[in-house]
Amino acid sequence: MAEQFYQRDIYGQTLLKLGALDKDIVVLDADLSSSTRTNLFAKEFPDRFFNFGVAEQNMMAAAAGLASCGKKVFLSTFAVFAAGRAWDQIRVSIGYNNFNVKIVATHAGITVGPDGASHQALEDIALMRVLANMNIIVPCDGPQTADAVTTAARIPGPFYIRLGRSKVPTIENKNEFQFGKAQLISEGNDVTIIACGIMVAEALLAVKNLAQKGVKARLLNMHTIWPLDKETILKAAKETKFFVVCEEHNVIGGLASSVGEVVAENYPKKVIHLGVRNRFGQSGEPQDLLKEYNLTSLDIEKAVLSNIS
Amino acid sequence: MDNKQLSIKELESKAKETRRLIIEMLAKAGSGHPGGSLSATDLVVALYFNILRFNAKNPQWPDRDRFHMSKGHCCPLWYAVLAQTGYFPKEELMTLRQLGSNLQGHPARCTPGVESASGSLGQGLSVGLGMALAAKMDKKDYRVYVLLGDGETQEGNIWEAAMACSHFSCDNLCAILDFNGCQIDGRCEDIMGLEPLAAKWRAFGWHTIEIDGHDMRQILSAYEEAKTVRSKPTIIIGRTVKGKGVSFMEGVIGFHGKAPTKEEAEKALKELA
Repeated sequence: MAEQFYQRDIYGQTLLKLGALDKDIVVLDADLSSSTRTNLFAKEFPDRFFNFGVAEQNMMAAAAGLASCGKKVFLSTFAVFAAGRAWDQIRVSIGYNNFNVKIVATHAGITVGPDGASHQALEDIALMRVLANMNIIVPCDGPQTADAVTTAARIPGPFYIRLGRSKVPTIENKNEFQFGKAQLISEGNDVTIIACGIMVAEALLAVKNLAQKGVKARLLNMHTIWPLDKETILKAAKETKFFVVCEEHNVIGGLASSVGEVVAENYPKKVIHLGVRNRFGQSGEPQDLLKEYNLTSLDIEKAVLSNIS
Repeated sequence: MDNKQLSIKELESKAKETRRLIIEMLAKAGSGHPGGSLSATDLVVALYFNILRFNAKNPQWPDRDRFHMSKGHCCPLWYAVLAQTGYFPKEELMTLRQLGSNLQGHPARCTPGVESASGSLGQGLSVGLGMALAAKMDKKDYRVYVLLGDGETQEGNIWEAAMACSHFSCDNLCAILDFNGCQIDGRCEDIMGLEPLAAKWRAFGWHTIEIDGHDMRQILSAYEEAKTVRSKPTIIIGRTVKGKGVSFMEGVIGFHGKAPTKEEAEKALKELA
């Protein structure tokens, strides 16, 4: 059994480490610091932490002001409130200005669970992906969350990092994380499965089951949604028969759309979208919700088998 | 860098010149927002020529005072003042709103002296708040000035920021409200009433100063008073006239977002001679 971590725990710990080394790092939160784990930073560096209360728009635009004065701003709230509530502030004050603001949004996706649809961001990748200048990382597990946060701290400009609420298993024996470069998790030439976030673990399970049935699936962890690794996608388009793209997000506008755009324009191949099919979420336990919304390893396996000729 | 202090008369003359430039730019561009640019002219001219610390030759000078125009549609005013204070040549003003120009239809960072983009109303006070917090963290004594429109204060984001500026005791922040009483669709009181405006800001913990926004003496003394206030932010509410300085634009809602024609511009420039 693989180790399991809360991505937000790793985020909080990584911020602490970075904050000790880099005095320009400032952290903001909007009344969710215990959930997002920015409270670890707040306790250690109270002079560089600001709680904005339940006011995400103000937090977002204030981050721009801080960044204009040379601060490296990390800010957190739930993904629905970051990408949704404060989208225009992100667009005009952060994106257009190309300011050094790192939005680390937690509680994304259907696995938020019992809180239900209002709290389950299924649109945030789409909302961030249409913004010029915005870099987007969806780490697949705990250790990769540290990579994502460290990368965002190192590279100037706006970042959106998407984290979940629940514990996720660590994907073992991965290659080194490279920003903007898909991670090859398993090699194969029958089909390419592309996944991000928690769906990488589900996809890996599917790959193992498919292997037993004689299907060799290539698995790519597309942790960086933008800039998208077109090169690796097109290589897969040429070398494998079709794609199954898995994401804990609406099939419209997210990773599957991203892959589809690249493939359609350059080397047309079938791209199966495996995500939430334009529905709102609902209350339930994460595992049950993944089943209800067809986001399990079995669903991935089925999608591969029913499309393989 | 300390700038030379101008006399009241000199400031008034700068304001007139600024208004002329605004009319010329807008007439050349063929679109833009004269009404609010003209109403806020005296407030911004006084600030740049006598109050603000900056170095036009080194716009990124770390200790500069910050100015941000949250009511971004009035950027012709900002550009005219930036050109007159040496950020870029005056001739560049005539490129306003043209393809490839550094002078975009709404403020953008490609313009020397512009700290942050604006144009989507309601965000600028928050941007100023971030700057004020940075100053406090860095133990720097620069001050932050944010120009707000009155219609703009109908945005919820303004009040989030108002609450936070006060919560964080940003006495290094001074908001300037261009209270001309008009917005695109009509009089503010008819569209979405703002009164009692000063009382609202006081209730949010601000020091308020109400002045005639066209009286240079009152404007300068308001800025000086704001510098002395401790532990709370200040808002200067300047009662102004939309389209101020051009008789046929004064109080005329239609000139919120309509540039003067060539004939109108000629008439306006005569009045501003």
